[in-house]
Amino acid sequence: MRWIWIDRFIAFETGRRAVAVKCVTLAEEHLHDHVPGYPVHPPTLMIEGMAQTAGVLVGDAFDFEEKVILAKVTRATFHGHVRPGDRIRFEAEVQGEVRPEGAAISGRITRNGDLVAEIELMFAHLDQSRGPVELGEDNFVFNDDFVGLLRMRTLRNLGASDPAPDA
Amino acid sequence: MALSRDEIMEKVREALVDALGVDEDEVTPEARIGGDLGAESIDYLDIVFRLEKAFNIKIPRGDLFPDNILQSEEFVQDGKLTDKGLEELKSRLPHADLSEFEKHPNVDDIADLFTVDMIVRYIESKVNEQAG
Repeated sequence: MRWIWIDRFIAFETGRRAVAVKCVTLAEEHLHDHVPGYPVHPPTLMIEGMAQTAGVLVGDAFDFEEKVILAKVTRATFHGHVRPGDRIRFEAEVQGEVRPEGAAISGRITRNGDLVAEIELMFAHLDQSRGPVELGEDNFVFNDDFVGLLRMRTLRNLGASDPAPDA
Repeated sequence: MALSRDEIMEKVREALVDALGVDEDEVTPEARIGGDLGAESIDYLDIVFRLEKAFNIKIPRGDLFPDNILQSEEFVQDGKLTDKGLEELKSRLPHADLSEFEKHPNVDDIADLFTVDMIVRYIESKVNEQAG
């Protein structure tokens, strides 16, 4: 079981931008626990959803060979609550290009076209950074299961076309 | 079009404020990026990205903030830079002020050479190179 906080990619342009969506439902347990009596999708999980959208975008740029890790949440500004029944849209864009060391991402989360959050993230390629830790050969970020899941969802076949507008 | 040093300093300040969450008045020319402004390893990459965007330039890896500068014994002995090591450091950090460092060239103090002023001088050379 992986910790996945996006439901589907709806647009993907290699090395440039990715758009994913998530449908928030009251069946998710965390909604009951976060603010008891007032179910909202926690902002931290929106950051995680953006990190997953962007992390796949950055990983794809080097064909999932690199260990892409979220290195820094540069900025996260929230403009509204996300409630059960909402479908939120994560749009991640690479600033400049994905470099051998990593990438900077600027992201927007919207709901029916309304801005919910603005999030800037930094990703690092672990083996290219100066960490002293011996990490071994296995790519624990994009392991076979995860890449398999992405392929199942036909991520790689998504064209550069713009996503359908939110319903 | 060439930029004045003040204009460069202003944009560098903005990049450092955004990347490191420091106050504008903390970003003085002599401030050390790590020691004074609290940058950690990933922040250096963030700073490079922001400078590239702000000045519309390309900063090759290791050009502004070289890493693994002095690995060989020829350059470092007993934690201090040899004369050759010092020469190597000068060639890799042409925009840094090494006058104080040279008196006690401890390898652990190299990060202190990365100052706001060093970034401004580096950008100045890049921008003028492009303008020229």
